[in-house]
Amino acid sequence: MATQSRDAAIVGIHEYPSRDVEGRVNALQIKAASAAKALADAGLSWSDVDAIYDAGEGGPMSGLMISEYFGIQPTVMDTTGVGGSSYEFHAAHALRAIREGKAKVALLTYGSTAHSNAMAIGAGGRGGGISPGDNMETFAGQTLIANYAMVAHRHMHQYGTTSEQLAEISTATRYHAMRNPEAVQAMTDLEFVGIQETSIEDVVNSRMIADPLHLLECCMVSDGGGAVVIASADVAANCRKAPVWILGTGEATKYPENGGDITTSAGAQSAPIAFAEAGVSAAEMDIAMIYDSFSITVLTLLEDLGFCAKGEGGAWVQGGRLRFDRPNDGPALNTDGGGLSSNHPGMRGIFLLLEATRQLRGESTSQVEDARLAIAHGNGGMLGARHSAGTVILGRD
Amino acid sequence: MSDNNTEKKVPTRPLPKLTEMDTAPFWQGTAQQEFRYQQCANCGTIVWHPRAHCTGCVDGDLQWKVSAGRGTIYSYSVVRLSYHPFFRTKVPYAVAYVDLDEGPRFLTNVTGIEDPLTEVSVGQRVELAWEAHEELSIPLVKPV
Repeated sequence: MATQSRDAAIVGIHEYPSRDVEGRVNALQIKAASAAKALADAGLSWSDVDAIYDAGEGGPMSGLMISEYFGIQPTVMDTTGVGGSSYEFHAAHALRAIREGKAKVALLTYGSTAHSNAMAIGAGGRGGGISPGDNMETFAGQTLIANYAMVAHRHMHQYGTTSEQLAEISTATRYHAMRNPEAVQAMTDLEFVGIQETSIEDVVNSRMIADPLHLLECCMVSDGGGAVVIASADVAANCRKAPVWILGTGEATKYPENGGDITTSAGAQSAPIAFAEAGVSAAEMDIAMIYDSFSITVLTLLEDLGFCAKGEGGAWVQGGRLRFDRPNDGPALNTDGGGLSSNHPGMRGIFLLLEATRQLRGESTSQVEDARLAIAHGNGGMLGARHSAGTVILGRD
Repeated sequence: MSDNNTEKKVPTRPLPKLTEMDTAPFWQGTAQQEFRYQQCANCGTIVWHPRAHCTGCVDGDLQWKVSAGRGTIYSYSVVRLSYHPFFRTKVPYAVAYVDLDEGPRFLTNVTGIEDPLTEVSVGQRVELAWEAHEELSIPLVKPV
């Protein structure tokens, strides 16, 4: 801990409250509304922003477009777009820009109307590009869910993992969602059946979508968005809320390889880099905000991030271990309700930073008492194929 | 939908584009039911998916080879829900990663079975089963 640097901190956050905007606002408006609220949360304004981060969901040349739309003149622009983990990459890059003295106030935003646009993300056809990889794969009709399901089948084959063990991810996440009024409203607006805490049996008895993944192991498709403001230490000292320091970051990518092991993700590469920089270990984490596109994503990542050994995740999560009210058993998982039960408009990475910050501020609806350290890990792309991993370790004073 | 074409064409499997430069030689080979893959004569790396450069060395010399067509299912899923106009008519169907004996791992469908829920498994031995189309064939697999 002695070598830990505290150069940049999350000082402002906002999560757009609606998950079903019914066509009344667009993605850019969600981004701008969230940005204004996050800046206000920090006690800052548009004119303070000198670094902009954008994953490009608003369209091409997003660094130019979004600066004009917000009315800012940033001197650092970063349009890293690597799927749902883009925001963990942005936080990493903002830390570096601030540490180098190139920026003082960084703004990250996200907006999506995936639900209103009826985007069939999980079970639709594959994207329209003709990258060489896509040209070898689209004929097979592999849905996105089926891609993750193939990781689950392989995990079961290699390690004996069961559907009941995977269901623990879903039940813990729903347990937290039921304590978050915004998550309950989200499930109501998206017309979930049975908005209540779920049992292991509920999950494994829900409809099979792509073997071995059941409906209650799949994330929702919502509208939504949010914003994060990251500032230098001198700016953070004068902000309205206590700083949440970015202590370490790691980035990696992985893709299909002949003979490769799809039960290990790029997180196994990014996490050690982040933990080494932060000078802490997985065992010290109070909060684990892990991208829950599907149950298997979390199980795989818990292993890759070092919470347990590869292949032991199934047994490790059993018995409700990941709930917020079991702090002695390890980290609380996705205490906002996660992508499974609160918010997933396509790229969930920003919400991982938001809820981790709420926990370290003491503002969560499933608050872990005296939470001091959190990990936010995003997985972008497809877990069983080409994907990106962004790990961010956060801590408070 | 006010479609005056009442003989609405039946949705088809999405086919690869023969104009994609890296993968065109592979798809041309499928017309003769050849499963071509690349190996570097310099460093021995097996390159899959096809592309114009070797990923194992910077002075690569990629050679096309032809697989004997047998392999093992590395993992699979049975798709129960698809919104794709073609595949929604095919559920439930099996998608699988197959490790060919020569090394390449490719994504495909398992065919030649009655029930994908009971007849597909990790580690299962399979062989190529070509599905013919106008200018190319699709490399599916069936149990050996």
